[in-house]
Amino acid sequence: MIRTLPRSKKYNISLKMYIILFYVFLFAPLVITCILAFNNSDFPSLPWKGFTLDWFFANNEHRVGLFHDVNNLRSIWISIKTAFIVSILSLIVGTMGAFLFEQEEFKFKQALYFLTLAPLVIPGVILGISILLASNSVGAFLEEHLGIDTPLFAPGFWLVVLGQFSFITTFVVLVVSARLKKFDRTLEEAALNLGANRFEVIWHITLRYLKPALLGGGSVAFLMSFENFNTTLFLVGSEPTLPINLYLQVRDGSTPVINAISFLMIVFTSTLALINLYFSNKKDE
Amino acid sequence: MKHAKLGFYIFLIPVVLWLFLLIVIPHIDLLIMSLRAENDLGELVWSLQNYKNFFTEPIYWVTFVRTAVYSILVTIITAIIALPVSFFITKVVNPRFSNFLSILLLMPFWVSELVRVYGWMILLRESGVINHFLVKLGILNRPIEFLYNDISMIMVLVYTSMLFMVVPLISVMESLDDHLIEAAYDLGASTKDIVFKIIIPHAKPGLTSGSIVVFMLTLGNYLTPNLIGGKNSLWFTEQIYTQFIASFNWNQGAAFGFLLLILSTLIIWIALKITRQNLSKVVQ
Repeated sequence: MIRTLPRSKKYNISLKMYIILFYVFLFAPLVITCILAFNNSDFPSLPWKGFTLDWFFANNEHRVGLFHDVNNLRSIWISIKTAFIVSILSLIVGTMGAFLFEQEEFKFKQALYFLTLAPLVIPGVILGISILLASNSVGAFLEEHLGIDTPLFAPGFWLVVLGQFSFITTFVVLVVSARLKKFDRTLEEAALNLGANRFEVIWHITLRYLKPALLGGGSVAFLMSFENFNTTLFLVGSEPTLPINLYLQVRDGSTPVINAISFLMIVFTSTLALINLYFSNKKDE
Repeated sequence: MKHAKLGFYIFLIPVVLWLFLLIVIPHIDLLIMSLRAENDLGELVWSLQNYKNFFTEPIYWVTFVRTAVYSILVTIITAIIALPVSFFITKVVNPRFSNFLSILLLMPFWVSELVRVYGWMILLRESGVINHFLVKLGILNRPIEFLYNDISMIMVLVYTSMLFMVVPLISVMESLDDHLIEAAYDLGASTKDIVFKIIIPHAKPGLTSGSIVVFMLTLGNYLTPNLIGGKNSLWFTEQIYTQFIASFNWNQGAAFGFLLLILSTLIIWIALKITRQNLSKVVQ
């Protein structure tokens, strides 16, 4: 049964087999994607035709590696830009939300908190289309009544940023609140008694204490934005983010360049995830 | 106290702006949009036509019901697979490995869903890796297409949402007191009794919160049904996408979107009521 109890051999072996199978199931698609990024074949499939770095570096008439693939490089750059802006925005508003819900008392607090959690139960696709509709209405209104043509409200970069910001902020609120709950408020009172104002207290004491949660929340926000597909799908204009760009390529038949991108994404996100884990472990100490 | 009041508004205003401009108003707009349709003269008027279309056109509501049933099925399968895993990691394996195994568990889920689905496509398709080995080993004469059917689609959906079941289960299992199991064992309880009378009842909160998230994500998934299920496996989000992007019938799409929203909130609300939990507790 458990560690402290005697276990039959059959039980031990079958449970272990089960766990091994589970981890194989978990990692098989990722491992195979990475391996095929280095296969010297024009298709992302076996047989193994030898090791190559062509899918990263080649630039000839037969093969264009990732680092010379303008289209893919551009979408990576757009994704990084989007994720960066989204994480900054959601970190600011999310932290304010955490302060609001943890440290302030006001009317309708429960209702507002409930709204904050709403993005958790709204499917991403719905969030995308509702923001698309609303911004379209605003854009149409402005054009009809004021005669201003605003590209800001048409699908495109800023709409993607807004769409992702709308639900990622919720996660930042949750991450920062969790840390803020453990904060000893007598420290704030002490500082206030010593003559600091509220903002000095927040700046010098509370935010310092929150730093691990802010870094953790920021990296979660970055990753969520970087890989978001469902909400983004409806809001992209002529500048697709990486997941949307990859989706179009995968749907219409793929080359090992996609494996090369996937390989880099796996390395990059695992690193960021480990950094995040490091900070969240530190948080518990 | 004047400063404190000012501080309060500085916190409040951005949060309220975010929630109302990006969550509340767009959804009201969605509802309004879904209630407007073109009349015979081509003018937009208030109408329930979009909702009527949903009920009179079997393909729409059949897809809707199918999506709901499959999402429930995916949730159940995910829970059945995740229970022993979380039990093993928290209770059976040497504590030194248990941390390592949980980190390992989390890693694949940080990677974009698209990359994971793509990985399964490389494995499963006719020219894929699994077929390559099956033919090489002489099990198959000719490669088979494993993609584009409901079974693969469900398997990948289970894969995609596994994390959201395993993580809450691990945290409830950690809080399960080993002594309870030892006591039951000493008193001669069978393994079956221990599982169904101690472990599962204790894991119930984690099981519910995991199920809610998995259900919601599966219901709203677009990538997996589209890429793995292919044309044979209809998913309701694809209907929404078609209305918006291909048919450019935004009013119809809005009605479908609203129906999906109602379905997901209704089922989650029922699940919370039945298990007597509330949303703010579940997300912690």
